[in-house]
Amino acid sequence: MVLPYSFRSPVFLELVFGSVGSVTCPTLEQDTRRELAAGLSAGHPSRTSSPHTCSSAPEPGALTGLPRKMPADSRVVTCAAVWRMPAELEPGGQESPEDATSPAHALELLCHLEPAARGSTACVAWEPAGDGKRVISLADNHVLLWDLQESSSQATLASSASLEGKGQLKFTTGRWSPHHNCSQVATANDTAIRGWDTRTMSQIYCIESAHGQLVRDLDFNPNKQYYLASCGDDCKVRFWDTRNVAEPVKTLEEHSHWVWNVRYNHSHDQLVLTGSSDSRVILSNMVSISSEPFGHLVDDDDLSDQEERRPEEKSQEPPQDSVIATYEEHEDSVYAVDWSSADPWLFASLSYDGRLVINRVPRALKYHILL
Amino acid sequence: MAAAAAAPGPGSGPGDSPEGPEAEAPERRRKAHGMLKLYYGLSEGEAAGRPSGPDPLDPTDLNGAHFDPEVYLDKLRRECPLAQLMDSETDMVRQIRALDSDMQTLVYENYNKFISATDTIRKMKNDFRKMEDEMDRLATNMAVITDFSARISATLQDRHERITKLAGVHALLRKLQFLFELPSRLTKCVELGAYGQAVRYQGRARAVLQQYQHLPSFRAIQDDCQVITARLAQQLRQRFREGGSGAPEQAECVELLLALGEPAEELCEEFLAHARGRLEEELRSLEAELGPSPPAPDVLEFTDHGGSGFVGGLCQVAAAYQELFAAQGPAGAEKLAAFARELGSRYFALVERRLAQEQGGGDNSLLVRALDRFHRRLRAPGALLAAAGLAEAATEIVERVARERLGHHLQGLQAAFLGSLTDVRQALAAPRIAGKEGPGLAELLANVASSILSHIKASLASVHLFTAKEVSFSNKPYFRGEFCSQGVRESLIVGFIRSMCQTAQSFCDSPGEKGGATPPALLLLLSRLCLDYETATISYILTLTDEQFLVQDQSPVTPVSTLCAEARETARRLLTHYVKVQGLVISQMLRKSVETRDWLSTLEPRNVRAVMKRVVEDTTAIDVQVGLLYEEGVRKAQSSDSSKRTFSVYSSSRQQGRYAPSYTPSAPMDTNLLSNIQKLFSERIDVFSPVEFNKVSVLTGIIKISLKTLLECVRLRTFGRFGLQQVQVDCHFLQLYLWRFVADEELVHLLLDEVVASAALRCPDPVPMEPSVVEVICERG
Repeated sequence: MVLPYSFRSPVFLELVFGSVGSVTCPTLEQDTRRELAAGLSAGHPSRTSSPHTCSSAPEPGALTGLPRKMPADSRVVTCAAVWRMPAELEPGGQESPEDATSPAHALELLCHLEPAARGSTACVAWEPAGDGKRVISLADNHVLLWDLQESSSQATLASSASLEGKGQLKFTTGRWSPHHNCSQVATANDTAIRGWDTRTMSQIYCIESAHGQLVRDLDFNPNKQYYLASCGDDCKVRFWDTRNVAEPVKTLEEHSHWVWNVRYNHSHDQLVLTGSSDSRVILSNMVSISSEPFGHLVDDDDLSDQEERRPEEKSQEPPQDSVIATYEEHEDSVYAVDWSSADPWLFASLSYDGRLVINRVPRALKYHILL
Repeated sequence: MAAAAAAPGPGSGPGDSPEGPEAEAPERRRKAHGMLKLYYGLSEGEAAGRPSGPDPLDPTDLNGAHFDPEVYLDKLRRECPLAQLMDSETDMVRQIRALDSDMQTLVYENYNKFISATDTIRKMKNDFRKMEDEMDRLATNMAVITDFSARISATLQDRHERITKLAGVHALLRKLQFLFELPSRLTKCVELGAYGQAVRYQGRARAVLQQYQHLPSFRAIQDDCQVITARLAQQLRQRFREGGSGAPEQAECVELLLALGEPAEELCEEFLAHARGRLEEELRSLEAELGPSPPAPDVLEFTDHGGSGFVGGLCQVAAAYQELFAAQGPAGAEKLAAFARELGSRYFALVERRLAQEQGGGDNSLLVRALDRFHRRLRAPGALLAAAGLAEAATEIVERVARERLGHHLQGLQAAFLGSLTDVRQALAAPRIAGKEGPGLAELLANVASSILSHIKASLASVHLFTAKEVSFSNKPYFRGEFCSQGVRESLIVGFIRSMCQTAQSFCDSPGEKGGATPPALLLLLSRLCLDYETATISYILTLTDEQFLVQDQSPVTPVSTLCAEARETARRLLTHYVKVQGLVISQMLRKSVETRDWLSTLEPRNVRAVMKRVVEDTTAIDVQVGLLYEEGVRKAQSSDSSKRTFSVYSSSRQQGRYAPSYTPSAPMDTNLLSNIQKLFSERIDVFSPVEFNKVSVLTGIIKISLKTLLECVRLRTFGRFGLQQVQVDCHFLQLYLWRFVADEELVHLLLDEVVASAALRCPDPVPMEPSVVEVICERG
């Protein structure tokens, strides 16, 4: 499927991919005198595409987006805003096939996250759990924590922190950790990854030169609270234990160009998806650092009924970290990959040329993991 | 006589009747004759003397020993015509006559001789008769003499017996006198210090005194003697204990004490204790030499000293001990062995300490000579004291030292390699500071290669000393087998090549990827070095090693091919890393230039941006640098497009055709369709693909990385109209200058087209520049 946009930038290519049905987001390029028609994904109810950087909130129906503004002095500034998705698209909402083919539903603008002359917003992230009232945005070298009030129609700056250092430091991306009662945020600037405590807005760890070049993306392991994946321009994907940041736990070097995206599967965290500007999507099986038992771990109380099964299981090779598949359907750089939030075996990738590819985890592997 | 021998021949000549029944007889006679001849060795003489012409067994040879008249006659009759028969007959008759006359002359001559012989015999007969008379007279005289003699001895018989008895008494008296004088003599001897004499006296008297001790006078003597002997023994012990005297004297003391019947066990202990004292003294002096004071004597002197002092002493002790206490049996030998083992181990410890000090030193020949002496010295006591196992221990030490030496050489080689790398770094850094032309990369490479090779050769030569023929331990199995194969070949040479590869690879893994601490030129040089190793040097070095150390060991060794593969892999990684580093440098430049510029408010392009010129310059510099070390490589054949002029025309027309329609806002779909179709037919570009060992491949890699970065950076920006036009100009400029570096110029097209197309997509007001204007600007800049 091809997104019919002529105005494309990797920053705008992000996937919101979930249980939500077809979502259509109008592109909001204010002051550019350009109305861009939004494409529509048809057919499969779990296909979603959004031309803008969006992140969906745990509270259904709310979206944050990064519209760009081109003010009068013709500087490009990226802003952040909170939107409400049309009610009929919410899960449980009545959805008919005709709706999917019907023209764009309009999003409802709730509020702007005004950075107050703090530069371009690089990234916004919802609090992964909770009532969906808190949003983090990263603007230039500031970490801003917003509280949404009065049914999200107003955002107030709760607290902020800023990064000081030599030169012009700019955050490139950030991620809100789902662990520790959602009190940790990880950000990336240049080659460094930093962890922040949202309660005190202070830095808790810093991985200097996590990658040889720019860090492009981060993701937290959904099941192991200290594990963090990162990827960057040195074509590598690295896995970190935030308790010991001196050395990466693991490094993957499968891509041949910058890696733009890394995503853990939401439930089976050995499945790691990466997308790169070498136009490949790689699905890796990182068994050795996943939360699922590596090799064969038998609880002591299970011993009695496991006894007859044991020999055959021992004869199995302990699974190795490996690349499961390399997807080469894309013709241009892949800028976004994500897992479906509804079906853990489904993932989508989006490339510069507007092609959206949806793939499934190979059946054999699926059964291997399940059984 | 000669005539008699010759006679039968002609005598039995033609007229002789054939001897029918006795036909076999001559055969037998001849055989007997032959055997006789054989016995006297005549046949050989004949055979040698005569020319090979006539057969000696030929029965038709007149003068031959096997002449058979019948055969001869037959032959004559059969072969010769009548005339010749007549001739031979007359000839024969003439010869017979001549022989007859000869015989007569001989008979006459011999007759005279016979007569004179008869005369002589007659004269002899007379003489013998006279002699017989005289003999008779002699016999009677002798009888008279015998008679007289018998009478005289009968008269003297009585006196003789008396004299004999007197002589016996005299001897006894002398013995008694000796016994009575014994105490005083012994005293005197003891006073004079002639202990040997005293012990001999005592030994002679002891048995007698023992026997006659029931007689009071003898008893007194014995008591006296015992007192004196005790004193003597005490003095001897005193002397023995003083220990000031040398080992031979001590041995003498012990021998005397043994003769005095002192308990051997105790003496043995004491002897060993004394020996220990002396040897410990030696060890102490050796230790003092070792000591903390730095000016230790060289190792050769040290082993000499130890060899002559300690080992010599130990030998003496062992020899004396075995001589003195041979009666002790295996227990005594065991004691000696234990003694030798203990002291030997201390000696070895000292030697090892000394040798350990030597490990750092560079002079192998001195060390080998010292080890040789040490080993040689210890073989003597080894033979003497097989049980103590000193020789084995010594061999072990030598082996250990040899192993350590190998390790030391390996370290030396590694240090040399690192040193030469440091030199290269300095040489690479120097020219920029000095501002003048430094040595070229090729020259540096040659320097490094030759210096490493010479170091390897020097190490081999120096290690080779261990296996020299004249060195005493070179024929030990370790030095013949394991040392050569496992030690020298595997751990030294193979180990070094491996560590070289690892060192080189470590430059690839260095964490400082931002620019990197390693200068790219060094990476390039190392890569070339490894490649050279793969093609030639490794096999050369290993052949050299195998030749110098004839490997007899059958243990498996690393084959050349494995090492070559490792070296090649290293070279490949280094080159790939070089490409990455250089690509990164240019990428950073491009990226900064794209990211820092405000593309929306830029002015209409008048020039190519300086950074693009810089990129081209840098690429040219890299091209030159790589060209110094690597061959050109293969370019993908291009048609007339390769010429610069047509190329530029082609590319600009292409650009026009490609994205001109897309700038009309009405047709965004067409652009996408076009670009997608375009992509369907172009091959995917693998940006960080492995490189081959040639210049074009390296440059292609670098340019690919740079342009891909440019592409990705452009996609992240928003461009104004003039921004887009600037990108257009820049890309055209790059196209003009970069195509000649790469293997497939189509690749540069594709990437640059993609850059411009991406910029156009990111532009709200995409109005492209006229291709002709672009060209003019590029040609001007």
